[in-house]
Amino acid sequence: MSVQDYHSRLSDPASRKMGTFSYLPPMTKEQIRAQVEWIVQNGWNPAIEHTEPQFAMSNYWYMWKLPMFGETDVDAILAELEACHAANPDNHVRLLGYNNFTQSQGANMVVYRGTPV
Amino acid sequence: MNEQIRKTYDAGVKEYRATYWEPDYAIKETDILACFKVIPQAGVSREEAAAAVAAESSTGTWTTVWTDLLTDLDHYKGRAYRIEDVPGHDEAFYAFIAYPADLFEEGSVVNVFTSLVGNVFGFKAVRSLRLEDIRFPIWFVKTCFGPPHGIHVERDKLDKYGRPLLGCTIKPKLGLSAKNYGRAVYECLRGGLDFTKDDENVNSQPFMRWRDRFLFCQEAIEKAESETGERKGHYLNVTAGTVEDMFQRAEFAKEIGTPIIMSDYLTLGWAAHNSLSKWCRDNGLLLHVHRAMHAVLDRNPNHGINFRVLTKLLRLMGGDHLHSGTVVGKLEGDREATLGWIDLMRDKYVKEDRSRGIFFDQDWGSMPGVFPCASGGIHVWHMPALVSIFGNDSVLQFGGGTLGHPWGNAAGAAANRVALEACVQARNEGRELEREGKDILLKAAEHSPELKIAMETWKEIKFEFDTVDKLDVQHR
Repeated sequence: MSVQDYHSRLSDPASRKMGTFSYLPPMTKEQIRAQVEWIVQNGWNPAIEHTEPQFAMSNYWYMWKLPMFGETDVDAILAELEACHAANPDNHVRLLGYNNFTQSQGANMVVYRGTPV
Repeated sequence: MNEQIRKTYDAGVKEYRATYWEPDYAIKETDILACFKVIPQAGVSREEAAAAVAAESSTGTWTTVWTDLLTDLDHYKGRAYRIEDVPGHDEAFYAFIAYPADLFEEGSVVNVFTSLVGNVFGFKAVRSLRLEDIRFPIWFVKTCFGPPHGIHVERDKLDKYGRPLLGCTIKPKLGLSAKNYGRAVYECLRGGLDFTKDDENVNSQPFMRWRDRFLFCQEAIEKAESETGERKGHYLNVTAGTVEDMFQRAEFAKEIGTPIIMSDYLTLGWAAHNSLSKWCRDNGLLLHVHRAMHAVLDRNPNHGINFRVLTKLLRLMGGDHLHSGTVVGKLEGDREATLGWIDLMRDKYVKEDRSRGIFFDQDWGSMPGVFPCASGGIHVWHMPALVSIFGNDSVLQFGGGTLGHPWGNAAGAAANRVALEACVQARNEGRELEREGKDILLKAAEHSPELKIAMETWKEIKFEFDTVDKLDVQHR
């Protein structure tokens, strides 16, 4: 294959990436479920955040309710993700796994991408 | 009456073992412990050689002196307390030595090493000597400075979670103009890398003075951040010929708002490095640490200092990243030994594990961890093994493996990022990366022409030379 251009532009909102897994094609429902299971298996606390896409660079997105401390029901976590997305259809919605032992996040992935700006 | 007072002066040469060999010694929690691999000169017994090492690395000299009696030598002397065979080696043995706390200045790695690897390494009674490991007691750990930020603070500052970070050393390492160099940085960062890196010997040469490089690289970082919406960094090397020049460069890096700088802790000197590390915490810059010269010290299996010791001392002095070897790339590195020292960089408590060359339990207290950096001759085909070996808390650095992509740096960077994320996704799904790596990459390449071309370009490259510095194992 001859040399190809790398398409990425300041002027093209589709060039904005969203952290871990944003270089892969959007995940299917089953693939998202597997990532939620990974968070549960590791004993991390799931949490959901969302933001208007123009403020995505901020550290502090809006918390959706509170982190789901101790939640191990994958369906319940997926249902909250959907509820957050339904209430904020234009926003990015991400799922975090808080690791309280490292005081950090073991996982952080955008599950729904909002309207690009 | 105190026994010490009854000692009398008896001039002359005594056997070291009479004073410094104590097989019944009960180790104290506060002692610094060291394990040396010793090959004695012919005719010197193991006990005498071990005692000589203990003496010459602590209080002793070759003859008795009257001033010994003005102090309590039993309180200050190092003691050889155990001797072990080295598996697979007839001449060498391990000597374990305990040094009392009061021999050392608090918080000074320089002081500890000036004792432990000082004159003793040229000492005639031993043919060769290698410092294999040190146990630092918690009092010493707590008086050292440690990483300026550590792994978790770095993740928070850069907003990157759940995966290893990706870097690339800009090549050719020498000879580019600052503006062209910045171009190479920009292309890598916009393609999906988190970091690019100055090579160790990029300081401030006539072809590219440091200030020009810093400014062009910072523009590259800022544009790539706006373009991708992700945080980026370039390790601006502040290693310089004088400490004043080093700090001038660091201050300028801070002034232009760059997130990370780098140093070479062995060639820079430990005191200078420790000062820089403190400066980085005070000024909020991350510190990447390169290890030029390490192989001079650590590669010979019979003489020198094992890299696990150099790892421990860097964590004590401070650094947020440290090169660790790749296991799979072009540079030397035994797999189990590497796993041992990456534990020593990151974990809170590392237990003795001879299968990884760890001779002592090591408690790191509250000291933050250091990101191990895998760099040198690695490319997309190594990604499954690297993610499996190093786990999330690591920086994987592909130099040629990014810049050598047929479509350029941005495509090379994207190929690596796609491969990385595909491996992380697969691992999280419970798949075995090292066994299924090929399938995982081929599947990911269906959606990424950049990855597909990268895999075709590097398919045949392998590095299969034998490791020189292997762990000591019985192989007969």
